[in-house]
Amino acid sequence: MIETEELRFAYPSSPEVLLGIDLTINDGEFVAIMGENGAGKTTLVKTFNGLLMPTVGKVKVDGLDTREASVARLSRDVGLVFQNPDHQLFSETVKEELAFSLRNFGYDEETIQRRVTSILETLDLSRYAESSPFILSGGERKRVALAAVLVWNPKHIILDEPTIGQDYQQKDRLRNFIVQLNTQGKTVIIITHDVEFVAECKPRIVLLSRGKVIGDRPAEELLSDEPLLDKASLTRPQIGALMHELREFGLPESAIDVYSAQQAILHSLGRRK
Amino acid sequence: MSIIRADHLIFTYMGAPRPSIQNISLDISAGEFVVLTGPSGCGKTTICRCLNGLIPNFYSGDFSGELIVDGMNVKDHTTAELASHVGLVFQNPENQLFSLSIERDVAFGPENLGLSREETRKRVDWALGVTGIIDLKDKPPYELSGGQQQRAAIAAVLAMQPKVIVLDEPTSFLDPKSALEILEVISSINKRLRITIILVEHRLDIVSRHANRVIVMNESRIVLDGRPGEVYGEEARLIGIGLPRVTTLFQLLQKEGLRISQMPTTVDEAANQLRSMFTQ
Repeated sequence: MIETEELRFAYPSSPEVLLGIDLTINDGEFVAIMGENGAGKTTLVKTFNGLLMPTVGKVKVDGLDTREASVARLSRDVGLVFQNPDHQLFSETVKEELAFSLRNFGYDEETIQRRVTSILETLDLSRYAESSPFILSGGERKRVALAAVLVWNPKHIILDEPTIGQDYQQKDRLRNFIVQLNTQGKTVIIITHDVEFVAECKPRIVLLSRGKVIGDRPAEELLSDEPLLDKASLTRPQIGALMHELREFGLPESAIDVYSAQQAILHSLGRRK
Repeated sequence: MSIIRADHLIFTYMGAPRPSIQNISLDISAGEFVVLTGPSGCGKTTICRCLNGLIPNFYSGDFSGELIVDGMNVKDHTTAELASHVGLVFQNPENQLFSLSIERDVAFGPENLGLSREETRKRVDWALGVTGIIDLKDKPPYELSGGQQQRAAIAAVLAMQPKVIVLDEPTSFLDPKSALEILEVISSINKRLRITIILVEHRLDIVSRHANRVIVMNESRIVLDGRPGEVYGEEARLIGIGLPRVTTLFQLLQKEGLRISQMPTTVDEAANQLRSMFTQ
């Protein structure tokens, strides 16, 4: 469980970025943190693994106050995948990149090989095992950065903008993968602007604007609340916008993905026949 | 008039086991708005790098075939020479801005062309005007929002008065509203100034209404090329292209036996068709 209590944060000699955040994220939950550029999303998640300490208030991970633990200790439980993979990758081969943290955590070589092979497979990266991360495309490098964190099996996984540069199939794969992590009881927190991705995954959305939580509801409700979306510089997903256009025909604005829209339209047309 | 012509273009990065682009033959007319899409790693970024001469002048590798941009063969010209013909805008504006004010950033290109102070000033003001950030010209880039930074990056390219602007996923770091605004800026540059736009993008939901042409790449080749409505079919779906959600919805409705006269590519087109179904 990750809890924040009246969390406030400011970078040195700058205005406050987080203005009192109270949030509880339970084990096995899937949460999307959304909000405008500069809302404080990345700053918030950096307090979850102790990279940043609250200026005021508290962050607790599984009951442990982040002030009382090292980043190294917290990182075992909280895996943070950065937005820019180039801030994270440094090894000569993809395989080495993945083995690095496991070696630091002191795993034996057999376990390391087994885990690396399995995670490369899962993220469709096996063919690049011996390649340098730096010859890969932007989208592929991003998956390597994700693999490098997942390989040590943290309990809570935070992904900062995981869908940027990913094509449709990779997003689909990511979505299935998140579901799989959830069913293993892992917490998955994503920071994202990708309303279409969120409309398909339907997580709990925590909406941040100017350092405050302005909404905390299921995706279907929040992504159809236009005044709220507007405040955080978000838009309705495409299907939601279509349903909104056609609300006079009784179509539900909470149908935000293709399949629920299809059902609603067929139902509505059937009723008319 | 053709502004970009590629003839059997092939490029293999040094040390790579296979070509990143193969047999690319292409003809793009002046004033087109082209969306270039395809699965990640299919060669989109490599094509962008060819268009402004980064390939073969900066990235080493095997280059064959011919690429003519605005009458210049990219092999025979430096990237600096090509910069006033083809502008490149990247995903992350932070990688492109470096000065202490937006005005300095936008002036950098024209100054390097050796233009007079007066001409430089004129171009800078014009570019900042077109992108809607003239009021921010004295601000340092780091004080701007992501959307404002991307406008500045576009202004910096625009000040070179290129014939072609290539944008590699220019909105992916932006929040959705800023992303739509940037696409409006790009679209107006295309319409008002007749500058040819090549836009690399996975998210066809947000770009389809602006494009007159969509080129789909797969495994380093061009596999589909046409108007959005023509391209967004079964083949594109099988390649794994993320078609606009409204197109996918209509494909499903068609499978359920609804009569669809034309596959929509935008919310407006879809809403109009459904409205007439509901009122029939």
